[in-house]
Amino acid sequence: MKIDCKHVWAQVSDYIDGSVTPEVREAIERHLAHCRYCSAVMDSTRNILVLLGDERTFEIPVNFGERLHSRLQETMDATEPGE
Amino acid sequence: MIARILAGERELFHELIRPYERGLYVAAYSIVQHEADAEDIAQEAVIKAYKGLKHFRGDAKFSTWLMAITLNEARSRYRQTKGEQLDSLDDREEAQGDYTPSVLADWRYIPSELLERKELRQALQEAIAQLSPEYREVLIMRDVRGMSISETAAATGANEGLVRVRLFRARLTMQKLLAPQLAPKQRGLMGWLTRKAGGR
Repeated sequence: MKIDCKHVWAQVSDYIDGSVTPEVREAIERHLAHCRYCSAVMDSTRNILVLLGDERTFEIPVNFGERLHSRLQETMDATEPGE
Repeated sequence: MIARILAGERELFHELIRPYERGLYVAAYSIVQHEADAEDIAQEAVIKAYKGLKHFRGDAKFSTWLMAITLNEARSRYRQTKGEQLDSLDDREEAQGDYTPSVLADWRYIPSELLERKELRQALQEAIAQLSPEYREVLIMRDVRGMSISETAAATGANEGLVRVRLFRARLTMQKLLAPQLAPKQRGLMGWLTRKAGGR
């Protein structure tokens, strides 16, 4: 199985998720071994997803947790769960 | 723990939601793009979950159920403020559009430590903000919260095929928006940040 750059791009997401067939995975890896452009596409996409998944990317408002639990407590004091 | 809460140990509900509260805020923020609204949505969702706990059937994970409540709250708030309907794209419309990545000659790995820099966090946030809400949702569920495709489908109410399509487009769009800014040859602040990280 031989695939070109456009086919690799179409599979970037599934490849990262590990949800392509072994045959497609092997074809992509053969292509990446000699195509610096597709390697850069794959590496940059994966790198951006790693950054996105880092806790530091999303700042939570100061004292968010305290306010949440305090408001929840007010409800809990007045209501049984499931009411 | 849920059975104990329903049996009267209601204080345990605080502990039940604690691992997820940060994720609820991020999910809500991803849709409404407004800090105070996102915080309010997260609070409302937690209260709804408490009040509706007896309806939780256990056929999904509690975290997925809680996330689905949060997304519904956020979508409803989004509709109120923007007057727009989410999930209005059907599969035919979803099939349209040109999704190609930004093609680069090379890529130098950006270490996560650089997230200490506000400029990098801001670039990521701005790119997310440019996605449509449907795409933001799946990207946040899958790549920020680390939920599986099936959990993402359950939380968003879309089928798994649609989740995969949206995820592909969201990821490729993020690459297209960010890679040119973050590539090592880029001049300016982001280029400087990445060159610094790469020791250039």
